[in-house]
Amino acid sequence: MSGMSNPPASNPLAFIAELTHRCPLHCVYCSNPLELDRRSRELSTATWSRVLREAAELGVLQVDFTGGEPLARPDLAELIRAARAAGLYASLITSGLPLDEKRLEELVRAGLDHLQLSFQGAREESANEFAGADAHAQKLRVAGWVKKHRIALTLNFVIHRQNLDQLEDMLELTKSIAPSRVEFAHVQYYGWAFANRERLLPTRRQLDRSLEILKAAEEQLRGQIRVEYVVPDYYAKYPKACMGGWGRKVMLITPAGEALPCHAARVIPGLKFENVESRPLRQIWEASDAFQKFRGEDWMQEPCRSCDRRAQDFGGCRCQALLVVGDSSATDPVCSLSPRRNVIDAILAETNAAPPLPPSAKIEWLYRSNPA
Amino acid sequence: MTRDPNSHPRLAPGCRLNEKSQPQRVLLMPERALRLSGPSLEIIERCDGRHTVAQIIAELQKIYSKAQPQKVEEDILGYLALLQKERALDFE
Repeated sequence: MSGMSNPPASNPLAFIAELTHRCPLHCVYCSNPLELDRRSRELSTATWSRVLREAAELGVLQVDFTGGEPLARPDLAELIRAARAAGLYASLITSGLPLDEKRLEELVRAGLDHLQLSFQGAREESANEFAGADAHAQKLRVAGWVKKHRIALTLNFVIHRQNLDQLEDMLELTKSIAPSRVEFAHVQYYGWAFANRERLLPTRRQLDRSLEILKAAEEQLRGQIRVEYVVPDYYAKYPKACMGGWGRKVMLITPAGEALPCHAARVIPGLKFENVESRPLRQIWEASDAFQKFRGEDWMQEPCRSCDRRAQDFGGCRCQALLVVGDSSATDPVCSLSPRRNVIDAILAETNAAPPLPPSAKIEWLYRSNPA
Repeated sequence: MTRDPNSHPRLAPGCRLNEKSQPQRVLLMPERALRLSGPSLEIIERCDGRHTVAQIIAELQKIYSKAQPQKVEEDILGYLALLQKERALDFE
């Protein structure tokens, strides 16, 4: 049993329910694992409803229904009702593709609090290229429908090297839709995005310019639209407090019922994940090896172990340490204090030395597939 | 921030209090939650689109009659400004 000396688990606040890995989009930076859960293994309505009650009893306040595309589940309204009955705040994270006005009404009646709509860009052709599907026009329709209801709307633009130069257009689009909130989320390099990294990492120049634009927009829209963004990992001086610390705030359940501390945790070898079909959620959260593994500080190596920032960033991201330097207990290599920061710097040097692609160049993307 | 005392603050779409039966009252909003206690809860419970800013101030001055009325007013205006910045309030 690992972690005898670990601190007792605090209660999770956010609960990510990956209802399905099925999706009409094929985004080149999808956060789902490369190995997707099959439809036949997806949890039943009854199991999800029980798990949502257990989550609320554990102290969770909010549930994000996500996927894949959660709208692929015909029982979504029922799951939203179950979440609300348990006292949870219900968010839907969606591409908006398989949605029509009538289904949206059904979800709102069931108690949906917040809909987050993903955008792959500001322009039809490029957005469709990154998503591997015709999607952009439908998203604009969905935004219009959502605004007719008293629920929160967030636009989420996933930004990267190939669309960062459209940032001003994205902001114009945002102003015309006038959502409560907009997120500009840099691609994070796990899963499909790790496979496509060299085509997605922005240049330093692009990044600096984008931060200028976003800072100004944040000021200009204050009190009207909440603008949120973060500096992408590889360019940061210190790592992010990934998931607010391992097993501290967030719990994620995969379509087949595995409980994970984060989206990408399955890449870490040797971790065994419990399934909500065979154990109560509380037991998984408080005592399972996977959640205990990187709680507290006992697992840390130097420089984290004696670092003043260790209670702030918790050593950064375990999956990134594994993917970039091959050791899930190492300091997140994006940290300027990491002895392996040179690996990230080499990747950035290559990114910033590469000549820009001519506009006509066709990029060979690895598109996300679909589960059986 | 100057605020029209006759405007009606109302929780923005997608922002709501959790159930009364919960041990810790919180304001729930997209991807975040604010813990509430005492005065902050009293203020938010009145951001219902029916109370004006002036009425909220008057009612809280009554509840907290031992505090300086001027101080209560300043605190409320400051808190409303914070909530607006968070995009948790509309003024109607």
